Amino acid sequence: MSNNPVALPAPRIRALGDAAASVVFGATIAPDVHARARAFCAALAAARIEGVEEWAPAFASATVWYDPDTILFAELAERLAALARAPASAAPAGALFEIPFCAEGDFAPDLEEIARLKGLTAQGWLDAFGGLALEVYMLGFQPGFAYLGVLPEQLSAPRLQTPRPKVPAGALAIADSMCAAYPFASPGGWRLIGRTPALLFDVSNAARPALLAPGDRVRWRAVSRAEFDALDSRWRAENLRADELRAAP
Amino acid sequence: MKARVVVERPGAGVTVQDFGRKGYRALGVAVSGALDARFLAAANALAGAPDDAAGLEILLAAPELRVVEGAARIGLAGDFAGAILRADGRRENVASWRGLVLREGDALTLKLGRGPAYLGFSGGLDLPEILGARSTFSRAGFGGIDGRALAAGDVLPCGAAEGGDVSAPPLVHETGPIRFIPGPQADHFPPETLALFSAAPWRVGADSDRMGLRLSGPRLAHSRLGANIVSDGATPGAIQVPGDGQPIVLRADCQTSGGYAKIGCAITADLPRLAHLAPGDVMRFAPVDHAEAAAARREGRERFAQWRVGMAPAGECDDRKLWTENLISGATSGD
Repeated sequence: MSNNPVALPAPRIRALGDAAASVVFGATIAPDVHARARAFCAALAAARIEGVEEWAPAFASATVWYDPDTILFAELAERLAALARAPASAAPAGALFEIPFCAEGDFAPDLEEIARLKGLTAQGWLDAFGGLALEVYMLGFQPGFAYLGVLPEQLSAPRLQTPRPKVPAGALAIADSMCAAYPFASPGGWRLIGRTPALLFDVSNAARPALLAPGDRVRWRAVSRAEFDALDSRWRAENLRADELRAAP
Repeated sequence: MKARVVVERPGAGVTVQDFGRKGYRALGVAVSGALDARFLAAANALAGAPDDAAGLEILLAAPELRVVEGAARIGLAGDFAGAILRADGRRENVASWRGLVLREGDALTLKLGRGPAYLGFSGGLDLPEILGARSTFSRAGFGGIDGRALAAGDVLPCGAAEGGDVSAPPLVHETGPIRFIPGPQADHFPPETLALFSAAPWRVGADSDRMGLRLSGPRLAHSRLGANIVSDGATPGAIQVPGDGQPIVLRADCQTSGGYAKIGCAITADLPRLAHLAPGDVMRFAPVDHAEAAAARREGRERFAQWRVGMAPAGECDDRKLWTENLISGATSGD
């Protein structure tokens, strides 16, 4: 990857109403495009532009919320364009997490079918899945809901035609080439392949409420139902510390 | 001394809200907050609380409250009518746009006309801040009271009543189309779709909530770029157009990102008006630029400042004149 700013396509800066702007780096889910969005957010954090309130990276873009009575959109757009030239190599490195999940019984109602669609056994699917280090592209949909990617074609499956009315908290799921665990119960159309006992979003931890941040990587470790139950009861009694799940790279 | 208010009957669609939870969108946390922040600020002003204090948002049916400790001043903003049952057995009718002092043992029963309406409490509701705000975010179950709508028996702590009863004219919103800034995916729509979007009347669907308004009308065709995008940031006011061509206007509890192309985003000055759109209403949109959005913000602030000046000790306000004005008529009509 080139660090030469001249080689980078210019980002497009678009209004999202009168108090937010979208900085667009591309239209694909790709590690280098995403690295530019994260590098931009790091540059924006360092720039401390008066009137900028918060920002969030997405797959191929970043959204910036601002106070329009403090800074005009035209001026903001100019500042953002300058920051968006940050080379992707400036994106801060994330942490590698190893998170347990259990794929037994009613925790994984869709596993057999998605494996069969690709000519795999459930165990074969899980073995291939367990070898991956998936990157956190963005958080959205729910607090702490991390979009992890990219699954190889052999492990991907389209989302359900009809969403389930209730997916339980902790459900580990895939849709197309993305993987995610639901921090909170909700309706959902992703295919359920397991359950994690890890607390993915903790409101009592104001310093780091979400376990995962964009740029982190996750390796999912399959555990037995007995180990799931043991971890689940321990982490309910004493709050999970993120450090416990950090893995050596 | 503090005051404590107990919920005798919970009403329906009643949640604790303030100006919302900002600074956590990168973690996927919705802003939440009052759908109509101006009405909440008015309710707070009537109660003698800071504009952005936590109060109650009432969407479907008003609660019945009783002061069990101390004296509380309660501000009523919106389409309410009701009565106070005093501790000594006297009954007094109350109108909306009032700040009322309730003493220990007094009970307040309200009937909601058209929602949303807001109750402010002296000093603001003294509930724990979760991630910097007291707003209820029901979908994740945090904020407000255990992250849920009000239930019978809930205790609402607030500050002690200061000052006496006050009254004010109804706060009236601007009328006309909901103004929006085109984009960020305007290129996903051909020019004739952009024109149709602003020309057509839109009907609010029944499945609308704090997350969004679903609208129905003529089908909005996409350009060859299609309806889906690689998910990017969303915000209250954003207008998504999924593949069926029927727009969804996001509101306070909306998710922080989305995968449908956005034809535009309602300006911040008009977000309070989006709060008052109810199923069956017909509304329109009009495109504006950033300068017009700034003028609308200014005008909104001036209207609120004028309203605040009109607040006076109870009895000094002409009730008859007050109620010949329609509270929010026109807020939702397009023409």
